[in-house]
Amino acid sequence: MNIVAFLGAIELGLIFGLIALAIFLSFRVLDFPDLTVDGSFPLGAAVAATMIVAGYDPYFATFAAIFAGGMAGLVTAFLNLRFKILNLLASILTMIALYSINLRIMGRPNVAIITEPTILTPFEDLGLRAIYLKPLVAGVIAIIVALLVARFLNSDYGLAMRATGANQKMSRAQGINTARTTYVGMALSNALVGLAGAIFAQMNGFADITIGTGTIVVGLAALIAGEALFPARGMLMAVFACLIGSVLYRIAIAFALNADSIGLQASDLNLVTAVLVTAALVLPGSKNPLKRLLSKGGSK
Amino acid sequence: MISVSDLRITFNKGTAIENKALQGVNLDVNDGEFVTVIGSNGAGKSTLMNCLTGELIADSGRITIDSQDVTRWKAARRSALVARVFQDPLAGTCENLTIEENLSLAHARGRTRALGLAINSGKRDLFRERLSRLRLGLENRLEDKMGLLSGGQRQAVSLIMATLQPTKILLLDEHTAALDPRMQAFVLDLTREIVEESGLTTLMITHSMGQALQFGTRTVMLHEGAVVLDVRGEDRKNMTIPDLIEMFGKVRGEELDSDSLLLG
Repeated sequence: MNIVAFLGAIELGLIFGLIALAIFLSFRVLDFPDLTVDGSFPLGAAVAATMIVAGYDPYFATFAAIFAGGMAGLVTAFLNLRFKILNLLASILTMIALYSINLRIMGRPNVAIITEPTILTPFEDLGLRAIYLKPLVAGVIAIIVALLVARFLNSDYGLAMRATGANQKMSRAQGINTARTTYVGMALSNALVGLAGAIFAQMNGFADITIGTGTIVVGLAALIAGEALFPARGMLMAVFACLIGSVLYRIAIAFALNADSIGLQASDLNLVTAVLVTAALVLPGSKNPLKRLLSKGGSK
Repeated sequence: MISVSDLRITFNKGTAIENKALQGVNLDVNDGEFVTVIGSNGAGKSTLMNCLTGELIADSGRITIDSQDVTRWKAARRSALVARVFQDPLAGTCENLTIEENLSLAHARGRTRALGLAINSGKRDLFRERLSRLRLGLENRLEDKMGLLSGGQRQAVSLIMATLQPTKILLLDEHTAALDPRMQAFVLDLTREIVEESGLTTLMITHSMGQALQFGTRTVMLHEGAVVLDVRGEDRKNMTIPDLIEMFGKVRGEELDSDSLLLG
């Protein structure tokens, strides 16, 4: 594997680390199996790319993508809390609706922004080559976000959110408005995914309607990898396990695709992902989120 | 003071499994009273408790706590006035959170939860001091997961959690029923200690006739969703467990109406 592929894997790993963080918030903290991410990831990319093409500041466009992602999370939470639709199904409904919405936002299936200014533009004068700059910027963003998420989860409100996912009845008895913590958590989770989508679009120079496919599986794979390697003690450790798991997962995938002896091609990516996640699924471990998802059917 | 008047609730109304769980409960509890509540299965004890906490909203009737009408308040809003210990030790605490995190959740009951740290050294000192009274050594295990504790230890911590913030009423829903006899005695002694010390208005549901008379200042019996017996003072002091069981049997046999029970 050459250095370009290696750094590319790290960059992608850091971006998907944000998604692993988001899935940690929904699956782990709130106990809410949320597939909205397959829609909110391209949503973030679509909003950012379309706004950048329309001439908006890339940072403003990125914030708009974060906001749009948060709204998508609110819709899923609303369907679940207000209409009592099973959480898994509610998230699938939002996801499928977002496919059409994303096409509406972009006006076509693909928007190129390769020549447009992006959040990277201000740093291009530093003299770093793009292959180094991208993982560096992605890393700084991912670490800042992870620190903020860890700090949030250690706050009174974050603890209330964790209690909501762990024991709703007890949470209400302690005066926690469990509906509100679920709304906030789902918005936060999908806002992170929107951010990841916006960064992905700007680093790769395009937004495409298909980039969301399998986001949830990749994010879960990263989450499982992180938790297997760093059994969490405390929130700080848990959030960084998501990032590290995601990066290691991407590096492993890059190795698998680059090793000539195995004979895999880039187009085999989804197959490799599915095999890896299936392996994680059948491996022993009670903390496996996929297992919980299947055994409980996503019910509360 | 708590005042419950003509509280009614029906589950599955209009269906074959319609269940009139409360059929006009009237109960006034003065400040500082410790009421034990007995009744057979399905008498409405837990439903009454859930109506008081706001987990259930009654169909009709009124609940006032300290002359505030809380009938329509949801559980989260009432939590500033009502503290509760559940029957199931697993229900009252979060097993995946640490002991100190559980205590921190209870510490913020009735307050606004913002972005300040949930655990800081000041809170830790307070938690340590409160836990040390249990003499279970839990003050040295603040960072242990709640799930590592036994049922009795968890109920003891639940009691500490219930009294961490000022509250108007303490509701104990058969909180010793799931414990072994030794732990049961420990938690009951602790309950008595805490209630006497704080002077909290307390309602304790129990299945044990012995506990019903031994603890508290007043005993109430529910049957078919209504209060059928209410004793306190001298009457209660002279009452023995066989007396109570006899009344219990009579009510269940429905041989006597509630008036004669009250006079007896």
